Amino acid sequence: MGLNEEGSGVRVFMLGWEFPPFISGGLGTACYGLTRAMDQLGVKVTFVLPKMVESSYVTHVKLLSPASSTPEETKALSEYELKNVSFKTIASPLQAYATPQSYEERIEDTRRLQHETTERGQAGAEVDRATDYGGDMYREIRRYATMAMDLAKSEQFDVVHAHDWMTYPAGVAVAAMTGKPLVVHVHSTEFDRSGEHVNQVVYDIEREGMERADKVITVSHYTRGLVISRYGVSPEKVEVVYNGVERNGQWSLAQANIRRDEKLVLFLGRITMQKGPEYFLHAAKRVLEVMDDVKFVMAGSGDLMYRSIELAAQLGIGQKVLFTGFLRGDDVRKIYQMADLYVMPSVSEPFGIAPLEALDNDVPVIISKQSGVSEVLKHALKVDFWDVNEMANKIVAVLRHPPLQMTLRNHGNFEVRKLRWKDAAQRCVDVYEQLLVPV
Amino acid sequence: MPSVCFYFQVHQPMRLRHYTVFDSDDRYFDDGKNAAICRKVANKCYLPANRLLLKLIDKHQGRFKVAYSLTGVLLEQLESFSPEVLSTFHALADTGCVEFLAETYYHSLSFLYSRQEFVEQVKKHVNAIEELFGQTPKVFRNTELIYNNDLALLIEAMGCFDAIITEGADHILGMRSPNFVYRPQGCKHLKLLLKNYSLSDDIAFRFSNRHWVEWPLTAAKFEQWVSAVNGNGNVVNLFMDYETLGEHQWEDTGIFDFVKHLPEEVLKNPDNNFKTPSEVVASYDPMDGVDVPHMISWADTERDLSAWLGNPMQSNAIHELYRLEKKVKTVNDERILSDWRKLQVSDHFYYMCTKYFADGDVHKYFNPYDSPYDSYINFMNVLDHLQTRCTTPVVGIDRAGTGSGQTVTPVGMEN
Repeated sequence: MGLNEEGSGVRVFMLGWEFPPFISGGLGTACYGLTRAMDQLGVKVTFVLPKMVESSYVTHVKLLSPASSTPEETKALSEYELKNVSFKTIASPLQAYATPQSYEERIEDTRRLQHETTERGQAGAEVDRATDYGGDMYREIRRYATMAMDLAKSEQFDVVHAHDWMTYPAGVAVAAMTGKPLVVHVHSTEFDRSGEHVNQVVYDIEREGMERADKVITVSHYTRGLVISRYGVSPEKVEVVYNGVERNGQWSLAQANIRRDEKLVLFLGRITMQKGPEYFLHAAKRVLEVMDDVKFVMAGSGDLMYRSIELAAQLGIGQKVLFTGFLRGDDVRKIYQMADLYVMPSVSEPFGIAPLEALDNDVPVIISKQSGVSEVLKHALKVDFWDVNEMANKIVAVLRHPPLQMTLRNHGNFEVRKLRWKDAAQRCVDVYEQLLVPV
Repeated sequence: MPSVCFYFQVHQPMRLRHYTVFDSDDRYFDDGKNAAICRKVANKCYLPANRLLLKLIDKHQGRFKVAYSLTGVLLEQLESFSPEVLSTFHALADTGCVEFLAETYYHSLSFLYSRQEFVEQVKKHVNAIEELFGQTPKVFRNTELIYNNDLALLIEAMGCFDAIITEGADHILGMRSPNFVYRPQGCKHLKLLLKNYSLSDDIAFRFSNRHWVEWPLTAAKFEQWVSAVNGNGNVVNLFMDYETLGEHQWEDTGIFDFVKHLPEEVLKNPDNNFKTPSEVVASYDPMDGVDVPHMISWADTERDLSAWLGNPMQSNAIHELYRLEKKVKTVNDERILSDWRKLQVSDHFYYMCTKYFADGDVHKYFNPYDSPYDSYINFMNVLDHLQTRCTTPVVGIDRAGTGSGQTVTPVGMEN
């Protein structure tokens, strides 16, 4: 089956996450970029994602997803003018980047909120809807799989494609029911998220998904290696498809030359163990030993945010480090415009889309060697995440030497244009077609 | 009557150690790595090649001749790490069939940035060769065969050279052949020898390439190509890196065997002979003048300076380096002067080249750094530190101070 102007004709049942403007991290960005590009290739996609029925709840960690949107915001989903994509939502509180703990806290909050509303208002019919969601997260994942099967009965498709572990059981179930081939797409693994403190249940779900899949797509060779060595998946089943980057079209250089006397070094991402925030702060401390006119901005939220604030204070650099909380949309663009340098000190990063966005915004990048994106970027500075001395050395060099910044920016910006979602989508279609060609 | 003129370039850079902005000592060079590489190349190339050439000179009783250009930084390293190589060069010098050429002691790009420094380095190199081999160089070659009219004029004005060597690039010759002696534009006495890049590269680059239609290249075949020049040329200039023998072309490619049989094959034809560059200069009159207003070199397909000065990092690093000249020379401290000069070795700038970085090719092979960016950062950290050593004892610590701008314009014609 070949691809032509009319499209490949492949129909995909896609189990994904998050669509703009509710993107909380790289997983959402990837699902969106890939699906949009598939739409342009003429691939028919049924995009299935979880959506919480309740909208008026509060959480500790403010993650934005369709689940937390108002009905008006949700409408936005259908307004992407994706002519080959139909969106289906399943009522569920599952969210990208949730952990069993965060999930529980969130359900707890929802319950409390509902309880309060019920106490204040009229008690009755709407009792405890949260209990409908099968208790703990794992049960919810199984329930989600059942709902996906129901949904799949009325859909026409050739391939099932599931993104990251929470949707694997749904993918497995739908594939088993319909006899269609299953592709699981690994954007991160439990080892990336938790280091060696692996959650066994999560690991088992991941492993089963990979085992039952006909093809496993990973976002880098780095992740492919993990999938083979840690999950025992046979190498010939695993394909690498690098992420792309969304070009932001209307960029004006004039905006970039905001004059100010302080340099700005940016960390942008979730502030979690995986992202290495403490290495960023230790490097900042070293930089400030030899340079004065620098500010470090940590844009993002996450479970290590407060610890990071404390650490900055402990290191005596509190006044030099700014925490902005979670940024989105225009704020992200603004912070990129102000930044002289983007640093991604990730401890384990399957891919890492943010550096591509930084380059696309003309910000040079330092990335950890422990990231998938370092496989595709040549024109970036690279360090081992633990080597804070070298990280600081490189930060100082970029801030001090404009020719370095200029060369990195020019070459990097050029390089990043070659990483297109269209190519990623095409690679996925190639993988589907391998499965669909009768042997 | 084609004469075959071999000249081998012999050079090893002094690589810097990893030097961060937090370092503050004046140990800039990676002695361990430099020693290891020097010994490795000595074993693979310098020793076996020197011994082979000694044998060939002996066997052909003075009819086989070669020339070398040994950089000062190489000589210093051989002395410390591989003295046995030096003694085989002494033996070669003693045969009377080997000529040593002059160049900048530090294999530098100083001609482009400071004429005064350039002349000092050439003199230093001439002195070193005289002292080591009892021979005064009469032919000059500039780093990477970088050349233009101004260089020839300056070399002639120095009064101690008979000829200068450069690349026989198509765009300076037009339809003319590199197989004659020429006269640089504007010079009265100085002669110009041009590399026959086609025949030179057959040995240096294509020798082991199995996709090349002429593979495998034999001495007999090569002799035919040389003899074909007869009637349309006086000399075939085969100029290449010495490391071609055994290091770029490994021993198992048969390169030593090729060289071993080449003299007897070439000499089979009574019309052929071997000459050193000075003998070529003495034997043939210039055919024509050659005008080279713009800089050329023997590097890459561009044959220009872009491998060393093609991006903002490279030009920034080298400008900053030469801006320091006045301060370094005012401080008058031998160690500072020597460190500053070792930073001029052209390889440091070559490592910063981004031209083919993404494709990872020949540039990468010679590069001790993971990326051109790493090499720039390292170099600038060392340079920053060197600068602090210059300013501490003397007046004025401000960086923008002395000499800003006027010594750094490349290729201006001074006097």
